[in-house]
Amino acid sequence: MTLKIIASQCTSCSACEPECPNVAITEKNGTFVIDPKKCTECIGHFDAPQCAAVCPVDNTCVIDNAYPRYQAPA
Amino acid sequence: MTSLDVGTANAVEGVNAAVAMDDVMQKLAEHKGCGTSGGSGKASCGSGAGQGDLPTEIWEKVKNHPCYSEEAHHHYARMHVAVAPACNIQCNYCNRKYDCANESRPGVVSEKLTPEQAAKKVLAVASTIPQMTVLGIAGPGDPLANPEKTFKTFDLISRTVTITINMVDPEIGAKIYPWVFWKHKRYTGVEAAKLLTDRQLQGLEMLTERGILCKVNSVMIPGINDKHLVDVNKAVKSRGAFLHNIMPLISAPEHGTVFGLNGQRGPSAQELKALQDSCEGEMNMMRHCRQCRADAVGLLGEDRSAEFTTEKIMAMEVDYDLESRKAYQEKVEEERVAKVAAKQEELATLAGAASDIKLLIAVATKGSGLINEHFGHAKEFQVYELSTSGAKFVGHRRVDLYCQGGYGDEDSLETVIRAINDCHAVFVAKIGGCPKNDLIKAGIEPVDQFAHEFIEKSAIAWFKAYLDKVNSGEIEHQERGDAEIRQGALINAA
Repeated sequence: MTLKIIASQCTSCSACEPECPNVAITEKNGTFVIDPKKCTECIGHFDAPQCAAVCPVDNTCVIDNAYPRYQAPA
Repeated sequence: MTSLDVGTANAVEGVNAAVAMDDVMQKLAEHKGCGTSGGSGKASCGSGAGQGDLPTEIWEKVKNHPCYSEEAHHHYARMHVAVAPACNIQCNYCNRKYDCANESRPGVVSEKLTPEQAAKKVLAVASTIPQMTVLGIAGPGDPLANPEKTFKTFDLISRTVTITINMVDPEIGAKIYPWVFWKHKRYTGVEAAKLLTDRQLQGLEMLTERGILCKVNSVMIPGINDKHLVDVNKAVKSRGAFLHNIMPLISAPEHGTVFGLNGQRGPSAQELKALQDSCEGEMNMMRHCRQCRADAVGLLGEDRSAEFTTEKIMAMEVDYDLESRKAYQEKVEEERVAKVAAKQEELATLAGAASDIKLLIAVATKGSGLINEHFGHAKEFQVYELSTSGAKFVGHRRVDLYCQGGYGDEDSLETVIRAINDCHAVFVAKIGGCPKNDLIKAGIEPVDQFAHEFIEKSAIAWFKAYLDKVNSGEIEHQERGDAEIRQGALINAA
């Protein structure tokens, strides 16, 4: 799995962008998006996904069930 | 870096660092330095035109800043450029999704700017509005949570910092701040509030130690931090803040804030004034804050941001006219001196009068210290407290436009009366027959005989006559009731 940003709720405040340890977040068309190929749910970096922790709007940076769970490299 | 680092070495270095700026900003910075020097400025502050207890070196720095000097706010304009949207602290009076009605950074702006766009905007605005002397980065998030963007834009223009401090007690803080994000972790409750207050106070100390002027904003939240703000006032004064701005909570369900939704009320006009009065012995209080939007442009109380959208700015041929700005600023200094002289003269006539009576009056003004606004056109009233020691500016009351299209609208008149209900009189340049009668019925005396004269001089003259009438038994002095504070962030009133 990976996290995704619900575009309709994103305020484009950019708080998440510098927090991402994987540089997976970029601005596209006025809102921020997470690159599912780069997102590791912050596993191995931090206790909780940083984008969700800093986001000012609850339930905006959420787990995207469309992707399989991230596996930390052994 | 986060805004909890507000006073750590990082942030302070940011303030001091002369980050390379483009020519536009340099030009403005240089101009600001030279534009307002000269004898007339000294004359006005030397005669008590608003310097108050401020040391001269601080007064020189802030007298042309509308947010810091109540003298300046009629003459000099400010603009906020919205380059710093991120925030790492959640406040119960702010809803980042729609609007933060409180603070000088109501969270939503029409559009974000890059630092380069901001620079062009500053130049365009300064050329169009000669009063423009102040540039602020007011978010819409927390500017110090966006240090790179903020300081790239900020640089040399204005070396002052405002910190919002709503509490120094974590137990109280927990009721205001649901969470704080710091060092990769979201903290909640008392722990979050303790982190915040410790670092805010430390930050304030570090900034003032380095000679950076610090103003502290506090949002007054009845039942939560209202009494506590007296302690906050002491805490920030002892750490070198030079000005404290206590603002009323703006709270309504449609803002979608925690406080708006749970019915937390804001203070009444008298509650706010009582708190400001009780803190005043300690330090300078700011009473003219208009709680502007983060992208506001113009004089306090007006918002011309719609004239300066990115699209319009980029299309503008900017001709920066230093001469007209200089001429304007010299004229303002002359007006200031004249106003103070008039007040002193009138005040002398009050000498010897002894009375405990203190009362409030509302004034309709367009600025320049004159009673020069029609009652029905006033977007706000300035409130002065009159006593035998003179006329003192104690605040302002926003009102809906009462006169819309030439005919009187009764509902709006009621709004106006509620907003100035604690005043004994309202001074106007002109007023229609109907509202005049309604005001008298409500116990507020409409005064139009001082049209286009200086506010303080006129107020003192009127007060003297009032005292005479009370002393001769012609009228009986009665206390007035309380008044309402209008809700909603200041937007451009049509």
